[in-house]
Amino acid sequence: MLSAIDKKILAEVADLHEIPHGAYNIRKNGEGAGRNTTANIDIVTKKDKPGINVIIKPGTKGESVHIPVILTEGLEDLVYNTFEIGAESDVIIVAGCGIHNSGSKKAKHDGVHEFFVRKGARMKYVEKHYGEGPGSGQRILNPKTIIEVEEGGVAELEMIQIKGVDHTIRDTEVRLHKKARLIVTERLLTTSQQSAESNITVELTGEDSTAQVLSRSVAQDDSQQVFHLNMRGYAKGRGHIQCDSIIMDKARVSSIPEITAFHSDAQLIHEAAIGRIASDQLIKLMTLGLTEKEAEDTILQGFLK
Amino acid sequence: MLELINVSLNLDGDKGQVEILKEINLTLKEKKIYVMTGPNGGGKSSVAKTIMGIYRPTDGKILLDGMDITQLGITDRARLGIGYAFQQPPRFKGMKVGDILNIAASPERETNVCDLLYDVGLCAQDYLNREINASFSGGELKRVEIASILARNLRVAVFDEPEAGIDLWSFQKLTETFENLNKKYDTTIVIISHQERILRLADEVILVSNGTISEITSQEKILGEIERLDSRCDCRNNCSLGGNINVECDR
Ligand SMILES: Nc1ncnc2c1ncn2[C@@H]1O[C@H](COP(=O)(O)OP(=O)(O)OP(=O)(O)O)[C@@H](O)[C@H]1O
Ligand SMILES: [Mg+2]
Repeated sequence: MLSAIDKKILAEVADLHEIPHGAYNIRKNGEGAGRNTTANIDIVTKKDKPGINVIIKPGTKGESVHIPVILTEGLEDLVYNTFEIGAESDVIIVAGCGIHNSGSKKAKHDGVHEFFVRKGARMKYVEKHYGEGPGSGQRILNPKTIIEVEEGGVAELEMIQIKGVDHTIRDTEVRLHKKARLIVTERLLTTSQQSAESNITVELTGEDSTAQVLSRSVAQDDSQQVFHLNMRGYAKGRGHIQCDSIIMDKARVSSIPEITAFHSDAQLIHEAAIGRIASDQLIKLMTLGLTEKEAEDTILQGFLK
Repeated sequence: MLELINVSLNLDGDKGQVEILKEINLTLKEKKIYVMTGPNGGGKSSVAKTIMGIYRPTDGKILLDGMDITQLGITDRARLGIGYAFQQPPRFKGMKVGDILNIAASPERETNVCDLLYDVGLCAQDYLNREINASFSGGELKRVEIASILARNLRVAVFDEPEAGIDLWSFQKLTETFENLNKKYDTTIVIISHQERILRLADEVILVSNGTISEITSQEKILGEIERLDSRCDCRNNCSLGGNINVECDR
């Protein structure tokens, strides 16, 4: 049964207010807490290690899979999930992890997600991280995401961590085959003593593959962020990384770009910028009647939207 | 209504303090249209920013309806009904045209954001949901900036070179918009401009150069002077570095 806290966390990480329609698998404190499969989407528990296999039949259109994870006690949870996105299908996968830690023990969730986006398939993957709870126990999330996009496939990733996660190391590895496309949007906010590291490696292995990575972050207080965005072009194709950070207070942000071309028709661009909120933006909003604090909040909210 | 009394402004430049404005005395009256003009670097934008509270005067006083507002910050002055449309408006990553207009829109005035955009010659359906980011052209940005001032319920509105980058076709519409704002809402308007057609809107023309107000005069006088300067055409025809003689110098 889901408690009020569980429901609140589900709303934060998966925009779910009720049990979702379509396929879902809810994992709570290291155990299954609910599952539904559909005619086109099967979910089976792995036999050799903790985790699930999600199998989407070729040609499945407009269906969604929700796989939220809830941690409400000090616990170290590790899962391996595999997703088979059948050829020519078009689906949305919403994975979110929410931690409500009211104790003093560490609550940690490490997830390894592996995706096979088959020929001509289109997948949108949304991952939200959220932490809360009055306890002193740390809230830690370390997701590893491995994606293989076959010919003509499209993977669209939305990775959002806005609140309450103390430590995170996020590793994302993507391999693009012929005419495959990748669009990554990353949003990150760290406050107080939090630290976050995001490593994204994209390999453009197939002809005419394209990748676009757009990362925006805000680092406040004493928090720290490190971005290591790496694009490798092995064939004719285009890759664009844009990494934009707003730094405030005593925070620290490193942005480490790496682009490597192994082919003369690989076009790779990396743009990285770190800076405080532009003062003319603040002034403009203040001339419209906002206080400095309101202006700041408005700018950050827009930036992270 | 708005008074600047002996206002001086020093700012920190690369080589220490620079004197930007010197003993400015200016009284803006209710419901009038003023056009501020003068050479580049003369101090027009600095006067506007001092009125808005972006720059704090080093010396002197600013009064609004007799109340001393010299020590008030930008936010407070904005709330008292002072507005400033930037010469170079900022872009915002992630903020939409609609967001800015909704922030600007005064609650006591029935504002329709679509009408606002129409007033500056933009089509609401194309622009309302567009992010004010690097993809905005200079002219589009200026128009949104002007719309953000039109949205507010203001006692004094200062527009800093509003016509810059606005195409000829929209120019007429823009001058009508200023006149309308002035008549319908009794807003006192100051337009900083180098354009003859804007000068023609002026009840009074304020000439700013070298950090001072060198003259407060009428549009007829200024336009007359421009004509005279032009018809003499000295530089063009007698240039010691040579050049085309007998160029047509009339406007
Ligand atoms: N923040 C600043 N720091 C130092 N000097 C400044 C600053 N702002 C303006 N100035 C200087 O003050 C003078 C007046 O500038 P201002 O922008 O007010 O001129 P303007 O009349 O608006 O010119 P334009 O017609 O080119 O817009 C210029 O010499 C300018 O370089
Ligand atoms: Mg100026």
